[in-house]
Formats: sequence, C-alpha cells, structure tokens
Amino acid sequence: MALDPGIVPEGRRTFMQEVIAATPGGDPHLELCLQCGTCGGSCPSGPDMDHTPRQLFAMIAAGMREDVLKSNTPWFCVSCYYCVVRCPQEIHITDIMYTLKRMAIEEGYYRESSAAEAPDFSETFIDFVEHYGRSFELGLATRYHLKHHPLGMLKMAGMGLNMLIKGRMDLKPTRIEHLDQLQAILQKAKELEGKD
Amino acid sequence: MQHKPQEKPRIGVYICHCGTNIAGTVDVEEVARWAGELEGVVVARDYKFMCSSLGQDLIENDIKEKKLNRIVVAACSPLMHEKTFRGACQKAGLNPYFFEMANIREHDAWATDDKTAATFKAKALVEGAVNRVKFHMPLEPIPVDINPNTLVVGGGIAGITAALELANAGYHVYLVERSPSIGGHMAQLDKTFPTLDCSACILTPKMVDVGQHENITLLAYSEVEAVEGYLGNFTITVRKKARHVNEDLCTGCGICIEKCPRKVIDTEFEAGLGYRKVIYRPFPQAVPKYPVIDTENCTFFQRGKCRACQIFCPTKAIDFDQEDELITFQVGNIIIATGYDLFDARRIPQYGYGRLANVFTSLEFERMVNAAGPTGGRIVLRDGVTEPRSVAIIHCVGSRDKNYHEYCSKICCMYSLKFAHLVRERLPDAEVYNFYIDIRAPGKGYEEFYHRVLHEGAHLIRGRVAEVTDAAREPGEEGKLIVQVEDTLIGKQRRIPVDMVILSAGIEARKDSKEVAQLFKMGCDFDGFFVERHPKLDPVATMTEGVFIAGCAQGPKDIPDTVAQGAAAAARVAGLIHQGTVLMEPVRAYIHEDLCSGCRICNNLCPYNAIVFHEDRQKSEVITALCQGCGTCVAACPSGVISGAHFTNDQIFAQIEGVLWDVRAKATAPS
Amino acid sequence: MPNRYAYYPGCSLEKNARAYHISTLYVAEKLGVALEEVPDWNCCGATEYFAIAALPAYALVARNLALAQGMDWNGGQRHLVAPCSACFLNLSKTDHYMADSPQLAAQVNEALAAGGLHYDPGAVFVHHLLDVIVDDVGYEKVQEMVTKPLFGLRVAPYYGCLVTRPDYKHIHNEPEHPFCLDDLLAALGATVIDYPVKTACCGGHMTQISEDTALELIRRLLKAAADYRADAIVALCPMCQLNLDGYQAQVNKHFGTDYHIPILYFTQVMGLAFGATPEEIGIGKEFVDARPVLNKIQEKPPEEGKKRRKKRRDKQALPMPELLRTHTGRK
Ligand SMILES: Cc1cc2nc3c(=O)[nH]c(=O)nc-3n(C[C@H](O)[C@H](O)[C@H](O)COP(=O)(O)OP(=O)(O)OC[C@H]3O[C@@H](n4cnc5c(N)ncnc54)[C@H](O)[C@@H]3O)c2cc1C
Ligand code: SF4
Ligand code: SF4
Repeated sequence: MALDPGIVPEGRRTFMQEVIAATPGGDPHLELCLQCGTCGGSCPSGPDMDHTPRQLFAMIAAGMREDVLKSNTPWFCVSCYYCVVRCPQEIHITDIMYTLKRMAIEEGYYRESSAAEAPDFSETFIDFVEHYGRSFELGLATRYHLKHHPLGMLKMAGMGLNMLIKGRMDLKPTRIEHLDQLQAILQKAKELEGKD
Repeated sequence: MQHKPQEKPRIGVYICHCGTNIAGTVDVEEVARWAGELEGVVVARDYKFMCSSLGQDLIENDIKEKKLNRIVVAACSPLMHEKTFRGACQKAGLNPYFFEMANIREHDAWATDDKTAATFKAKALVEGAVNRVKFHMPLEPIPVDINPNTLVVGGGIAGITAALELANAGYHVYLVERSPSIGGHMAQLDKTFPTLDCSACILTPKMVDVGQHENITLLAYSEVEAVEGYLGNFTITVRKKARHVNEDLCTGCGICIEKCPRKVIDTEFEAGLGYRKVIYRPFPQAVPKYPVIDTENCTFFQRGKCRACQIFCPTKAIDFDQEDELITFQVGNIIIATGYDLFDARRIPQYGYGRLANVFTSLEFERMVNAAGPTGGRIVLRDGVTEPRSVAIIHCVGSRDKNYHEYCSKICCMYSLKFAHLVRERLPDAEVYNFYIDIRAPGKGYEEFYHRVLHEGAHLIRGRVAEVTDAAREPGEEGKLIVQVEDTLIGKQRRIPVDMVILSAGIEARKDSKEVAQLFKMGCDFDGFFVERHPKLDPVATMTEGVFIAGCAQGPKDIPDTVAQGAAAAARVAGLIHQGTVLMEPVRAYIHEDLCSGCRICNNLCPYNAIVFHEDRQKSEVITALCQGCGTCVAACPSGVISGAHFTNDQIFAQIEGVLWDVRAKATAPS
Repeated sequence: MPNRYAYYPGCSLEKNARAYHISTLYVAEKLGVALEEVPDWNCCGATEYFAIAALPAYALVARNLALAQGMDWNGGQRHLVAPCSACFLNLSKTDHYMADSPQLAAQVNEALAAGGLHYDPGAVFVHHLLDVIVDDVGYEKVQEMVTKPLFGLRVAPYYGCLVTRPDYKHIHNEPEHPFCLDDLLAALGATVIDYPVKTACCGGHMTQISEDTALELIRRLLKAAADYRADAIVALCPMCQLNLDGYQAQVNKHFGTDYHIPILYFTQVMGLAFGATPEEIGIGKEFVDARPVLNKIQEKPPEEGKKRRKKRRDKQALPMPELLRTHTGRK
C-alpha cells in the first residue's frame, strides 16, 4: 500500500514521501515507478541531462537527496509532457520536476549543478511578473544575460534589435491596473506556503 | 406475516481469528464476549481457525453437549466455508440450514485498518446473523438430474481440447464456433515456443478429430443466441449463419474459391497482411471444409451480378437463398472458451502502426513467417520484396500500461523471443533488437529458451520504447525507422535505426465479452475476462452452476496453460455427468396459495419460466424443480405472498434489525 | 458554439506575438466568434513560476480564472479561450488540479480572498483557440469562409507540446499524433504534409538556459519540415513561433544548415485563405520572411485529375493497415 504522505509525520518522511507531499494537485504516483525508461527515452532534452528522469526516480527511492537536488535534470525539463502521457504508471513526472526545482532552490543545491543559472532565469522572470503583473521580455533578457552571459549579450543583442524593429518587443513593461490586488494575493499565497 | 421461531433457540456463536487475518483488526475476544450476552445465545467462543478440524469439532461437540439448535460462525466469506460449517452441523445431527455465516473478513477486517470501527462492524454483522438464524427453517437439498450433453462455446485450442476430452469419454458435445472454421488463434501461428513445434502440425490432427468425432456436433459459423435453464438442464438456441453453401452437396473441392473474381483484405485469419476471395475458407485445413460467402463484399449480393461460384460449382452446392437456421438442443453443462482479441496497436500512435509502413503487429508477423502465409514464409518489408537487415521487436505493447491494460499479457515476452529466433533463423545476417521492461519467462523450458536466443546473438535492450519515428536526425538514420529508447542498463537515451519494427501486442478480452457474460449469466472482470469461482482453488468454474470457462477467455495464457484448462473444465463436467444427479441448494420460491390473488404478475417475470398458473383455482404455483431461487417473483408479488426459502422476509428483516442494533439502541436510549 | 468567449491573450500576444493577436481577432470576426478580453488579466507565470513556488504560481493563474468567472455570463456556461499554448495549459491545469484536490482549491481561494476574489473549480471551461475553431466553429463553417484557397502551399502542421498534452479535459484525445490542425489546413486548400514531429518540443525556455540543447530541438523540427518539402510551418503557440522563427538563423550558423522556412500562426494561414491582406494579419513581423512562399499559392488545386486515378496496388506489396483517428472533441 502506498504510504500516504499526509499521515506520516513530517520529520519521519522518506525523501520520496517528501517529494510526493510537496507536489500539489492529485496523487503523483511516484512510488509506482516501474523503471521502464519510457520517460528517459521520450525526453527531448534527455541526452543533456545528468540523469534520465527514470534514474532520478530510482535515486529518490534510494533516498539520495543531495545527488538528486544537485542534478541538472529538473532544470533541463522543457515541460513537454511527453513522459506524462506515455508513462505506463501515470506518474506526474513534469510536476515532480517542478517540485525538485523548488526543493533544489530552497536547499541551495542547485548552485552545484551544471544548470546553476536556470533558477535565476525563472526568478528574474517572476520578479517582473510580481512587479508589473505581466512579463517583460526586454528587461528579462538584459538583466539575466548581463548577469550570466555578458558576452553572449552581444549575440542576443542582434536578435533583440530585430525584435524591436519588427515591433515584437516593447521598451517599457506593461503594468496591470490592480497590481496591488495581485500582490496581496501572491503575498498571501507565499505566507500559506511558508515561503514568506 | 410474522412467524415466530418454532422452538426456543439455543444458539452457538463462533468468532474466527483466521490467524491474524481477522484478529489483527477485529478484537475477536470482545466480539465473542459481547455475542455471549445476546438473547438466545448459549455459548460464544473465539478460536484461531474455525475451519480446521479442531474448530469444526468444537461446533459438533457444543451441538451435542449443549443441545444447540442454531449455529453462527463469524469468519470469512460464505463462498469459502459455508459448506464446511454446514457439514459440521450435519455431522452433529443438526439440519445444515440452521446455520448462518457472518463475513467479518472480506467485509470487515480486510476493508479497513481502523480497529475500533472493525470491531464495531463485526458486532453488527454477528447480531444480524444471530437474529436471522432464529428464523431459519430446516430445508432439504433438491436433487437435479444432469443431462449428459455438453455445450462448448469457442473452437480455439481450449474449446477443441475440452470437446475432445468429453467426446472421448463417451459424452456428446455441441461445439459452437463463431467463425467459419475451428482452430482459433493457434491456427494462425507459425511455430510455438519454447519447443518450436509447428503450430499447424500439432493442431490440425485435433481439428480433424473434432470434425470426424461421432460424439461431437460441430456448429461452425454459428452463435449461441439464447440460454435457458440451469445446471443439468440448459436449453440452448444457436443461430447457424447462412454460408450460402449447401453442406450436404459441397465436397470442399474449392473450385468456387478459385473462380471468384473478387479479393478483399483478410483482416481475420491473415491479420490484415493478406487477401482472400469473397467466397472463402479461412485456411486450407479449415474444419469444416465448406467455404462461406462474405455477403458484404460479394458482387452478387451487392449488385445482383456475377454468380461465378455458382456457375462453376460441380455439385451445385452454392445456394444464394440459404437462410440462417435456428437450432435448439438440451445440455447439462456449458464450457465457455471464446479466447481473446489482440490489442489494437494503432491505439499507441507513437509506435507508428498504420502510419509507418514497416511497422507490423505480432500476428502479422506470425502470418508472414508462416510458410502458408501471404509471403510464403519470407520475412520482407511492406513492399513485399525487400528483406530487412535489422528488426526491432517491442515488448509490452498495450500491456503493463495503465493507459491501456495494466495487466501483463504473459505470452508476449516469450513469443517476442521466438520472433528473435525466427528472424535470425531466416535472415542470419539481420540484427535483431528486443526491447523489454522485464523478461517474463516462467515456465518449463522457457528460461532456457531465453538463453538460447541470447546465445544466438539477439540484442536485448532493457527499456520500454518511447517512440518509433521516421524523422531522421543524423545521416545514418535516413530512410530508416528509428527506435528511440532509454537503455536503462546504461542510463542513456539511444536511437536505433532499423528496417522493420514488430509490435508485440498484448492480449485483451473479446470485444463482446460483456454480452457473452450476460448471455451465460457469468461474471466478467473490469478488463472483460470471465471470472472464475476462485482464483486459486476453482479456476475453471464460474459463479453460475454448470457454466465453466477455459483458455484466454479467463485471462491471458499460453497454449500449455490453455490446454490444461480446457481439459480441467472437461474433467469437471465429466464428474458432474458421472454423478448423474446433484444436490442443489433448496433456495426456492414458494407461493402461499391461499393468499395468492391470482394477479399473474409473477408469471411472466420468472426468467426460468418456473411459475405456472392454475386456471381452475386462479392461483399461481412455483415448480420447485425449475425455480433457481433468484427472488424476482418474491420482490414483484404485490400481495407479498411469495417467499424465497432461506430468504424469507422474517429472516431478512431480523438480520437488518440486528445489523442496525446501534441505531435502535440510540433511538431508544434516553437522550 | 457558445455565443461568447472570455479572451485571455497572454503577455506574448501583446508583444512578440502581436501577429497572432491581430490574426486571431481577424479570424474570430470572420467566423462570428465573439471574444471579450478578461479585464485586467495578469501573466500566467509561463513555465517559470512553478519552479519557484507552487501555491503562488497556482494563485497567479487562478486570479485570471476568477476574473473570467466574474464576467457577466447571463447565467450561461463560461468559456475562456487562450491562443498561447503555455497560457492554455496553466489555466486548464490550475482549474483541473483545483477540482482534483480540494486542499489545493481551499488554499488557492484563501490567497485569492486576500484580493477579494474567488474561483470555483470547474466554473470556467478553458479552451485553446484551436479547439474552439475545430470543435465549436467546425471545418464546414471555416470552409464556407474560404475565398482564396491555399492551393499548392505545402504546410507542416505543428502542434507543439501543450495543446494536445496532457489534455486534462480530454478535448483532443490525440496526445501524440493529432490530426485536427491537419484537417483544418486541408479545409483551407493547403497541401498538408505528414509532419512526423508535429507534437515534438520546440525547446521552450531552453534557449535561455542551455542554448545548445534548444538549437538541437529547433533543428530537428526544421529538418523534418525540410525533408518533407514544407513551404511553411504552421504553429499555434507564440513560444514555438519565436523559437523556430527567431532562432532559425542561429541554427543555420550553428549546424551549417541553410533553412529558410517561415513560421506562421494558424490564424494567419486562415486569414490568408479568408482573403486578408498580409498586413491585416501581421505577416511581415516574422524573421524568416513569409512573403516569398505566399507566391506559391496557385489558382487551382495541384495535380488535379491525377487525384481521381485510384492508386493501383503494387502486385507484391502487402496491404497497409488503416490509421486510427481518435479525436473526440468537447462533448
Ligand atoms: C502473436 C502471438 C503468438 C503466440 N505464440 C504462442 C506460442 O508460440 N506458444 C504458445 O504457447 N502460445 C502462443 N500464443 C498464445 C496462444 O495464441 C493462446 O494461448 C491460445 O491461442 C489461446 O487459445 P484459446 O482457445 O483460449 O483462444 P482462441 O485461440 O482465441 O480461440 C477462441 C475461439 O472462440 C471463437 N469465439 C470467440 N467468441 C465466440 C462466440 N461468442 N461464440 C462462438 N465462438 C466464439 C473464436 O472464433 C476462436 O475460434 C501466441 C499468441 C499471439 C498473439
Ligand atoms: S515512464 Fe513512468 S514508470 Fe517508466 S521509468 Fe519513467 S516514471 Fe517510471
Ligand atoms: S516533461 Fe520534462 S522530463 Fe518529461 S519528457 Fe518533457 S522535458 Fe523530459
């Protein structure tokens, strides 16, 4: 019988139970993994991952917390959902990848992975959303690339310029009208999640 | 009508621990203590294993010593042990129907981990049983004569085996087969694992035996339309579909087939890989040998022209006016052996079947390697000419997958290994890749066969294939089918270019299995397979007396297991026939004639036609020998004057009251 | 067809995918699909917010659902349509998971309450624009509007990931090899290639995180289209369009290839067939210029007459099984 993470006291949960508990929205079925490799075979970025999703799940089952959270695998997930629809055990793989990203950020392990910049991209993106209610491509690109690829910036600049010329990028972010309302909602959500 | 129990009840209650099965969740001692205080209970005990002979002795001794006249055992399901405990009562001289069983295992202990709730429910079930047993009446089992004829439905290897076993034992068999010939899937196979005997070589002699056996009436191209009656006395109606060929005149020469100008794709016997004529015999060794006209595709039936077969038939056997025939006969027992359907591989689009020409199903491949098949046994691509230089065999297609079938189809690993061997045998230079999750080779000589295939040089790659595609990424992939998979033993994604892909599709229940189950009043599980009476101890009987199952209709299995089940079902039937008479549960309906208003409502409702109406007296009566105790009339009678023996209103209401004891307690308790 | 849809354009359609926005409005008007923008909608968080925090990410999306629920529906069923695949997924996923998990629904609503909002799971039916066109409008109505059929134009139907997968509401029922866009494009008169990678991934945000990974994914899509001699790839997601279009030059540089395959939104292609001028539907905003291939459109269907001749079966060839189509549409 699957252990319901809800009834295992927090301090005594296995790593797998923790991952399951931190994945909202229906039962992610992680404990059912057959190790068949369908996910690893389907994953478009599989060849560039430190571990295939399947391996990662075996590592989770083995309680290899550090190795899992240091792996670049979750950060290379492109959210294509191929593995999800193909997994014979109906495991919510993509959602679990998101959970692992969150755990890796929280515990700081991501810095040691080969995708150490990825969280920064997400965070920069979110920063704009939280401040304006909408995303802001120009700001995102400049801020993120200046920080991580100052040289690559030049390469990107061409594309950015083109975007501006084609009228596909704005110079200023758009702000929603009731930004305060959105911010109150997000603030409350953070509180509820204990991430204040 | 309220009947008072006739004698003062002296009840013995026995609570079984069933090891820890029950005692692990239910506080059995407390239930026993509590039961001891119920009205009418003389003794209440708990015991480790009530079904053991010591447990039964306990009941027998108590009956004798304590003059018990009613017994309640709270243990497992009555399906398991009701018979056992009734036997104990009988041995001690008590009518076995003065016994009642409360199921505190399946219905209670196994249903929850909550000990308090389980103990509470056990008490409710026990009080229900105690209340009910007070109203029990002594009953005598009803003897039923067994008609020695048997109906076998489905002429695959399971049905063939069962029919021959019974026929050889001297009993008559009606074998009803839906398609024009018997043989089933086995007739389509080339060689059979693990010994690689030629399927046709071992099957056709048996088919011929069936065709010629004096004890077998073969009704091919026929279907069972109606089933009436019960164990020992079934009345069967079969629709014999019109072949449009007069069987008395046809010599099976096959000239009609030769002369027929129209060809269609044969999606049945050739699994879609070949063509057949519109007047056809599924395969040359078909039994019976008579051809049949596929009227949907026949030029004459569709457009009124052609008649080629009729013109050329030397014996004038073609009969365009032939009509379906309804045949009725009596049998005592029924064996259902309707087999399986192959999983439709097109349902998994990422494997490309239906889109990519050189992806084949396993049955297509069986036909391809078969010397009598469309390619004469040559392994070729869809163009019919090119030999593949590399072949991928994908296991578990549609099996072990919650999106399709969660169960393991059991046979695909072995036949996939067989394919690997056959490819290497026919095309020694071809590379063969088997993609598997786990190799399942439990069986005599099976693991050894697996080793043999490894030795022959097949590449076994552990990983469930993600997709088969024609989208090449690298020059080496151009023009090939690329099998993309995680090689899980290396932990790397691999893309393996091949010429041919074979999909080892699983086994699924027949599309119409639910209707068939209904027709024969059997159970059918969520997947559509027929349910056996007990998964371990009674694998060929069903919940319906006199109806047995065998072969893949019961669940996926290979030929050896299918044959074993076919023979087992025949043995069970032979046993019943040999007994001649069996004792049936006396659970029958009874009409209190003086109270019957003669409204006749019950008359037509009885599914067994067991109710007669006496015009002279204007009263209905149940013919006990025909009644099956289903209870339909009991529920329907507007005057409430029909009672079902052992299920009387008194008994049921007493039981309900007992089960709801706490409600009553609460209602009457001062608040 | 519902008489009105709440329209959620999403951030991309405001900026880099303006062409998608314009053409969507054009097509919607032609087909009589009434779109009304969700007032003061906010970003859906794309694939980024879920990586940082779960509940805030759901709350962010749910604010849009709540706003849509709060629009004036006259008691009718509420429909919300998003043309961006990522927005569509986030909206439908949040709705689906809130319905599936009462605990999540309660928490999200507690957060929404801080902004005076509330969302009842299931209150709004979330559509992608594609399924509104194929299931609600229907191919026949589309065909009626065609004034300039796209005869001779070879198009690769590109669905990308998120519309047919994971398909929480079982709208498509064809996660791997769908046909509805194929059928739609065929209804416009175009020649639709059997694009083998029609639901493969465009790389998503990998262009920002690991460019090598992303360029390889984009290359695969361009190569398959080129192998099948497609004149254009038809996309239905701003991210797919941007990756295939904006990074095409970089792919060519990186791999030494020479692809010039314009990437159009399906609404642009529909607009063309409905007789729009390129400007009316935002053609010209793409990096790989689409105008040259538009010249390939002919007056007459290609190889007419040839079609009628039934393909003779090759004597030796083995019969081919039929394809199974399982698109169910919204019931
Ligand atoms: C590709 C493939 C390869 C295989 N290779 C091997 C092998 O090498 N070795 C091995 O041991 N096993 C093999 N098997 C398994 C083997 O086919 C089965 O074990 C066996 O055929 C089961 O026999 P059956 O009689 O139960 O069912 P079936 O063969 O399916 O026969 C059922 C019969 O019932 C008839 N029928 C169905 N419904 C009705 C109805 N309502 N009324 C009347 N008639 C009906 C059907 O027409 C059919 O004739 C293979 C299976 C497959 C798919
Ligand atoms: S596809 Fe599913 S079952 Fe198979 S290895 Fe991946 S997660 Fe496990
Ligand atoms: S959803 Fe993520 S993990 Fe799954 S196949 Fe796609 S990229 Fe890989």
